[in-house]
Amino acid sequence: MGSIFSTSIGKKLVMSISGLFLLTFLLVHLTVNLMLLVDNGETFNKAAHFMATNPVIKIVEPLLAFGFIFHILFSGYLYIRNLRARPIGYAVSASDGTSTWTSKNMLILGSTILAFLILHIANFFWKMRFGEVPTISYDNGITVMQDAYPLVSGLFIDYWWYDVIYIVAAVLLGLHLSHGFWSAFQTLGWNNQKWISRLSTIAYIFAAVIASGFTIIPLYFLIFK
Amino acid sequence: MNFKLKIWRQANAKAKGKFETYDLKDASPEMSFLEMLDYFNSTQIVQGKEPIVFEHDCREGICGCCGLYINGRPHGLMNRTTTCELHMREFNDGETITIEPWRSAAFPVIKDLMIDRNAFDKIMQAGGYITINTGAAQDANTTPIPKANADDAFDAASCIGCGACVAACKNSSAMLFIAAKVSQLALVPQGKAEAKERVSRMVAKMDELGFGSCTNTRACEGECPKGISISHIARLNREFWVAKLND
Amino acid sequence: MSNKLNAKIPAGPLAEKWTKHKDSLKLVNPANKKKLDIIVVGTGLAGSGAASSLGELGYNVKVFCYQDTPRRAHSVAAQGGINAAKNYKNDGDSVYRLFYDMLKGGDYRAREANVYRAAEVSNAVIDHYTALGVPFAREYGGMLDNRSFGGVQVSRTFYAKGQTGQQCLLGGYSALMRQVQTGSVTMYPRREMLDIVVIDGKARGIITRNLITGEIERHSAHAVVLATGGYGTIYYLSTLAVNSNGSAAWKAHKRGAFFANPSFIQIHPTSIPVLNEFQCKLTLMSESLRNDGKVWVPKAKGDKRNPNEIPEEERDYYLERRYPAFGNLVPRDVASRAAKERCDAGYGVGDSGLSVYLDFRDAIKKQGEKAIESKYGNLFEMYEKISGESPYKTPMRIYPAGHYTMGGLWVDYNLMTTIPGLFALGESNFSDHGANRLGASSLMQCAGDGYFIAPYTVSDYLADEIKTPRIATTAPEFDAVEKEAKERINKLLSVNGNQTVTSFHKRLGKIMWDYCGMVRNEEGLKKALVLIKELESEFWTSVKVSGTGTDLNQELEKAGRVADYFELAYLLCVDALNRRESCGAHFREESQTETGEAKRNDADFAYVAAWEYKGAGPQHELHKEELNYEFVKLQERSYK
Repeated sequence: MGSIFSTSIGKKLVMSISGLFLLTFLLVHLTVNLMLLVDNGETFNKAAHFMATNPVIKIVEPLLAFGFIFHILFSGYLYIRNLRARPIGYAVSASDGTSTWTSKNMLILGSTILAFLILHIANFFWKMRFGEVPTISYDNGITVMQDAYPLVSGLFIDYWWYDVIYIVAAVLLGLHLSHGFWSAFQTLGWNNQKWISRLSTIAYIFAAVIASGFTIIPLYFLIFK
Repeated sequence: MNFKLKIWRQANAKAKGKFETYDLKDASPEMSFLEMLDYFNSTQIVQGKEPIVFEHDCREGICGCCGLYINGRPHGLMNRTTTCELHMREFNDGETITIEPWRSAAFPVIKDLMIDRNAFDKIMQAGGYITINTGAAQDANTTPIPKANADDAFDAASCIGCGACVAACKNSSAMLFIAAKVSQLALVPQGKAEAKERVSRMVAKMDELGFGSCTNTRACEGECPKGISISHIARLNREFWVAKLND
Repeated sequence: MSNKLNAKIPAGPLAEKWTKHKDSLKLVNPANKKKLDIIVVGTGLAGSGAASSLGELGYNVKVFCYQDTPRRAHSVAAQGGINAAKNYKNDGDSVYRLFYDMLKGGDYRAREANVYRAAEVSNAVIDHYTALGVPFAREYGGMLDNRSFGGVQVSRTFYAKGQTGQQCLLGGYSALMRQVQTGSVTMYPRREMLDIVVIDGKARGIITRNLITGEIERHSAHAVVLATGGYGTIYYLSTLAVNSNGSAAWKAHKRGAFFANPSFIQIHPTSIPVLNEFQCKLTLMSESLRNDGKVWVPKAKGDKRNPNEIPEEERDYYLERRYPAFGNLVPRDVASRAAKERCDAGYGVGDSGLSVYLDFRDAIKKQGEKAIESKYGNLFEMYEKISGESPYKTPMRIYPAGHYTMGGLWVDYNLMTTIPGLFALGESNFSDHGANRLGASSLMQCAGDGYFIAPYTVSDYLADEIKTPRIATTAPEFDAVEKEAKERINKLLSVNGNQTVTSFHKRLGKIMWDYCGMVRNEEGLKKALVLIKELESEFWTSVKVSGTGTDLNQELEKAGRVADYFELAYLLCVDALNRRESCGAHFREESQTETGEAKRNDADFAYVAAWEYKGAGPQHELHKEELNYEFVKLQERSYK
């Protein structure tokens, strides 16, 4: 059983499973973030508080970190291995009409998303976890929680170029997912002739939902606030 | 038709190769791509120059010998076509045609455009068969095989072992090649008995020989002259982890 | 019968000959098998079958092929199917009927006992390939499907779309790879056999050239098995792979193996016609197409209209007209000559006038495009790629092309040549197809020879060799043969003329096609003999073989093969000249009926012509193996 991870397919399985795990995280993350649009912060702060204090999430959080780390490390390992598989490249390359640009550039997309991720963590996660964030209570002091709303809205309202960065990142993430989503199922073997087109359609829809969802938030603050 | 041919020349496996450019005059649109090269070679020979080495045999798209990387694509611009089936009428008069060998660490160049695909044999030796000795077979109709499975197995089995999938893949992965065989034999009852050993051994051999891993770009499927679907790779993946789970 | 020929046909009733013979063959015990070496040259159905089966038995087998891998042997290109007498269709088929169809198809010029055995083992071949995972076509119930094929009235042909040969070969290749893995078989790819080494009258080894390094190598064994295919490329343009050649068989012949019926070459009726002057091969369109396609030419000479615009009443379905019983499914030789007759008379279509239509219009109308696609999809695709026209819309154009050589090395019932210890299997021998091969029986015979005959008969031979130690490659015989092989290479390289090897091959092919093709006559054959000799001497004074012998040199490979072809072509014409009758694929103009049908002469020619090499040129000595038909009455082969 353990020997599976010493093989190329085994490593791809890690990519696939960690990728699917990250996909579910993105959905949850997006759902919470969309609360920013509901009112002036109460719903969002409550949701964020729920996420920060929920014991399930507490357990999942380190797993998530591992998910990211595995996904990144294994992609790097496979990339280097794959580079070695073709020491001399071609002088001319043309498209075959079947493979997409995205599928061939997952590493570039992933690396850009990683760069964004670091910025993103520094902006919010780090501050909320380890920094000083003012607190707020919506039930006369019974539950006190971090007031994250001004942190987010402030950033998006005060610096337009942050909005641009976030939008670009959301689009790149969407592209990454448009391949990654169905690719994960393919690697798991949950695919056949009929499901190839179905899965890739679902992948595009999923990618579009994630990308547009994360785009709406900075746009909302940029335009309406 | 006239062409400018930019061809990879390499004296032997160890030599450092380079592109040479040649002018070819008076080719005919009815020529196949390899007939065009035959014609070019004949002009070289009578001038006392060394002809270009390329591999070919049946010249009808079934033996899998030929395989040239033409203008950036394995077997050239036509889908579902081998190099020998490609015809010059698909090119423009005066065009520059760049011809390269398949590029992969597992397929070293032997000379000019000829490569060594022995790695495929090694993968097949690792498990691409059903273990049965001559004489041991039962009547062919003893075990019915659903037509859908038989057809699917046939589609996988149509692989000609040309290596275009490896050439096309940005990772030089041989997954489509292996998947075609694993899938074919997994789809028929007689292949089931040793399915787990087969898939484990073939994948291990593929890794050992220096092929890259599959990143599901589908380039192999797009360039496969027999149009073998990556759904067979999905089946290979499934077979593989199921086999490994029970290890 | 010549006293040098002993066919060793076992006595007894036809149906019991092989069983009884097998029971009487000697066996080798497992411990001794390991000490015995066998060389197999060629990895098609026959070669891979023999090599893997002999490996399974425990012998040390060394397999040679000129391709980079055994999976590319030209059996791969057989399209239509493989016969077996399973009678799964309940249409009255039986081993006897398959035997009879083959014998009749071969125009009564094959050995009864061999043909019967080929039919007898056919069922085991299908069972074995199925067990190896060969994906033959199936019906919805999951059972194997069959189709009918030219020359017969039952459906007994198993198939895998139009890629039956590929699927069978890959099945055989996989079994061979398993033996390589177990270590019983050693593969020597990219080797060309240059000669056979005979020691004390027995075949004991071969000399090969490593096609990558140019190195001349010696390989020894207790027995040598040739499964090197046919020599159809003697016509230059043929349906064969362009590297297919007759050199191995020819070298064996020069070392003492008799060559039988060399002039029996099948011209396949349905190949894509010649489309350009640089063409190096003719692509076959499977004969199975004639199941649904109808062959016709316009009734009017030189009718250049689009075929779809020619109304029904102005079409001449000449096969249906001349042969109402078999119609479009007449045997290959008949269909080929009928096409030639129409084209020679001026009714041919296409720019050159050298093609006829094979039309699927009615079949598509009746069965639907889907059904036709599922049967012939890949062939239609192949046709469209080459010709640029879609057979779904426009009738195919076809013309005969050199295809299969019924002739080959003479072998006895044990498939052993006249050199003890040298066996010839599959297309490289002459034994089962007489003067014409029945469609879908080449895969059948090759696989039968390889899997179910050679393992028994080679063992029988080796049973007397268990005391012979490993053959040393240092024997003086190896020195001598290797020296000759090297000298010839040097000779080819030293001519240094100004004409390419291919240009000579083309010219030889033209001579053969014109004078020793579908139709032959005395005057033409005599002329060909002169022309071949002239061309041969021109070759040796003005051929240009570039490069060196100590490197990868494809021109040198070709040159050796073409040089052998001059000699074989000569013998081919000698044989055709000798056989003053028309039979099967061999049609002598001097011997025809008033309606232009072939006229066989059983009184004078019911024999196998086995030629013994006596030095280059006209010194061949003819040995006759009389064909005594014990079980079948010779009849006129009529498909009317």
